[in-house]
Amino acid sequence: MLIKRRTFLQLGSLATSSFLIPNFLKAFEGKGNLTAGSNVLVILQLSGGNDGLNTVIPVRNDIYYRERPKLGIEKEKALLLTEEAGLHPELTFFKTLYEEGNLAILNEVGYPNPDRSHFRSMDIWQTASNSNEYKSTGWLGRWLDAQCAHCDKPTQALEIDDMLSLALSGDQMKGIALRDPGRLYNASQDPFFKQILQSGNAHPAGDSSSYLYQVMAETLSGADYIFEQSKIHAGNMVYPNTEIGKSFKTISSLICSDINTRVYYLSLGSFDTHVNQEERQQKLFSEMNEAIKAFTSDLKSNHRFNEVLLMTFSEFGRRVAQNASGGTDHGTANNMFLISGGLKKAGLLNGMPDLANLSEGDLQYNLDFKNVYATVLNKWLGADDRKILGNKFDYLDFV
Amino acid sequence: MKMSNRQGFVSMNSNQLKNQHLLWRAGFGPAADQVYHIRHLTPKKLFRLILRSANNDPVPFDVATLSLNALVMEKGDNGFPKRGELSPEEKKNFRRQSVLDIKTLNLHWLQEMMDGEAQLREKMALFWHGHFASKTVNIFYDQALLNIIRQHALGNFRDLLFKVSKSASMIRFLNNNQNKKDHPNENFARELMELFTMGRGNYTEHDVKESARAFTGWGTTLQGAFEFRKRQHDDDGKTFLGKTGNLSGEDVLDILLSKKQTAVFITRKIYRFFVNDQADESRVNALAEDFYQNKYDILKLMVAIFSSDWFYDEKNIGTHIKSPVEWLVGIRRQLPQDFENPDVQILIQRLLGQVLFNPPNVAGWPGGKRWIDSSSLMLRLRIPQIMYASDAILMRPKDDDDLMMGMKDRATGANRQSGPMERMEAQQSSAKNRAGQIIRTKIHWETFLDHFRDSSDEDLLANIQELLLQSNTSMAEAGMKKYLDQSSRNTMIQSAAIRFMSTPEYQLC
Repeated sequence: MLIKRRTFLQLGSLATSSFLIPNFLKAFEGKGNLTAGSNVLVILQLSGGNDGLNTVIPVRNDIYYRERPKLGIEKEKALLLTEEAGLHPELTFFKTLYEEGNLAILNEVGYPNPDRSHFRSMDIWQTASNSNEYKSTGWLGRWLDAQCAHCDKPTQALEIDDMLSLALSGDQMKGIALRDPGRLYNASQDPFFKQILQSGNAHPAGDSSSYLYQVMAETLSGADYIFEQSKIHAGNMVYPNTEIGKSFKTISSLICSDINTRVYYLSLGSFDTHVNQEERQQKLFSEMNEAIKAFTSDLKSNHRFNEVLLMTFSEFGRRVAQNASGGTDHGTANNMFLISGGLKKAGLLNGMPDLANLSEGDLQYNLDFKNVYATVLNKWLGADDRKILGNKFDYLDFV
Repeated sequence: MKMSNRQGFVSMNSNQLKNQHLLWRAGFGPAADQVYHIRHLTPKKLFRLILRSANNDPVPFDVATLSLNALVMEKGDNGFPKRGELSPEEKKNFRRQSVLDIKTLNLHWLQEMMDGEAQLREKMALFWHGHFASKTVNIFYDQALLNIIRQHALGNFRDLLFKVSKSASMIRFLNNNQNKKDHPNENFARELMELFTMGRGNYTEHDVKESARAFTGWGTTLQGAFEFRKRQHDDDGKTFLGKTGNLSGEDVLDILLSKKQTAVFITRKIYRFFVNDQADESRVNALAEDFYQNKYDILKLMVAIFSSDWFYDEKNIGTHIKSPVEWLVGIRRQLPQDFENPDVQILIQRLLGQVLFNPPNVAGWPGGKRWIDSSSLMLRLRIPQIMYASDAILMRPKDDDDLMMGMKDRATGANRQSGPMERMEAQQSSAKNRAGQIIRTKIHWETFLDHFRDSSDEDLLANIQELLLQSNTSMAEAGMKKYLDQSSRNTMIQSAAIRFMSTPEYQLC
């Protein structure tokens, strides 16, 4: 199906003629909104609690092999980065990135008083709260709020999924979730919806009804805009035919277009490997490795790799000792990957985890994830991290 | 220029609007067979009927499957006190079956909300379900907590607070069974003050520590019975909110209730849930004063709210964003229907962000604008049409690893294993996912259609709108007509009902 740019412009002008629609649609009528050189952040959430110790393997640590007689990955099989550290055998492309200086690794990232429930810990990571407080907005949602006080662009943050994560949900602004630009577009083409927007009522600003109309208008105009943009740069890079492969293809096509999106969010899982960990992690890592390989090559050939930062995280790592079912149980601190052509510092940024000083069999964190967020917000996205995080966190120097 | 919300309700009789307002807030919206009442009673009389229906004691839910009953309940006969005495295999099976039984419980409660007489009680129970938010993935504990909440929903807040605090669900969810003299666990004490009684800013960290000591030794048996473990209880003196003594857990609860701030905190939360998300502080304070003087009588508080004139102020009508459960139950009350696969209602809850017995955390569902983002709004606008046409939902919910424990989630096809058999299965299930889950439902239109027997052709659309929307839309005539099936009067009414339910205004009540 060929959709002309006109279709979108029609909705744009239709909507601006109605006085209830905020002025953001006007923004779309101009050319691209993302000025050249704007940095983009891509967050890959490894859902379910990825086993960090079998991701970045402490190949010289006796405790690791003692606690994991069956699950431990032998030094010979690991992809060695240093004498002490090796990557999971499936992460071949990550080793290439490491050698190129395009991969930074943070170990023992976590937070005080860790929670071992998936949902709660994910909540803490997504809202950037302390473990004893409950926030109902996500850290990227609050970035949207801060970024878009009078915002005109509802597509600043996109999630490649059917449902929006709390991370991208702000007080006033929210990201848009889509599995696929074409599908979102088709779903938004119901003429009845356009009719509603067109004849929608006057609502006092700030009330519930105007909020619903705002979200609806943003969704419909966003759907058109995203779809248009995704076709500008279809690209000829071949991506693996996996869900994560397709998601990265979508993201890349948008990054290489004129769209104003600064943040992309996607997840892979489930890494909840209580049983049969070896097989499961291998398969997920193989998918992740191949997708990121294609994504990186695509960005490189479009000269965007220096402006894109890909960050991975998981809600927690796993227990140091293996369990009796060929798996591991919920743990605490974990590692994060940072991938970009624009890293100021690469490699193993803070050494390998300390397995001699565990707390009830789990790693103790030595770096708060909010330091990483603060760094990314301030130094990569140029945002006011203290306002968004509600506190001051020292910056790291990887960007 | 500020336009009135009510403009355009050509023939809306104001009692009808008020009655619907009352039914939406003191229950789950007008039912198909209540329309005569809606049109002909005064709100005062209708409220008396609502109160009378909420008067009887609820029948406790009991949905746990027999195998689980045998596994857990009978183990207790010879004194198996702890969960730890289930073998790992038993635990695994227990958890798996619990997940399924909790789905059953979810659907049972939805049914009660939908066609139960005691609308006010069930609505109040939904409020407390979010207030005393807990999730244990244990059918017995979750079910017992719900039964406590339904039993005391309109009773006395002191009884409710005591029973909930001693319930297995809360004790285990907030780790009080690990709260021991030598190793106090502050989780319950902290949430008790922050979320269940006074709210932040009214106590110190010292109060948290001291009250945690008072709750040491509070635990439960495997079967969920409260158990005071004297040897784990810290008997030394404590100072809590200015009171010093050898305080017990019960003493701490009573000290919290003696603080007027607790009445204010609870009243404000009730006001925001039942009246308006923007709390009117002077009204909240006046209501709280009476709530406190009436020794936390919940029913009296609710009567005061629903009998007031200000409850019917324009700013309180049609301005509340329905929660997914209010929304789903509301549709089913107005359009009675049988689902071929009732489980689809759980998928809807997941996709819209409110699954009963699975609150996001101990703070419950934040509500209000948080319910709405681009995906959830578009799905809400689509579902009435999907129901009408037995169409498919093409969305997949996010994984819930807490519930799945590494098992395969049938609703998402997640957690796929990588053997050849599993791969094949995974491919099939992802093909199924692409096709989506079909909502096959039979809507019983007879009663609904009957309400419009006497509507003139000119008034028909306006009359349908009046029944379905609590806030005005200008869609009515010209815009709407294009989208209606005008082949007969009945199809016109049906398609209009579906279209009105597919508007942003229908998200409000």
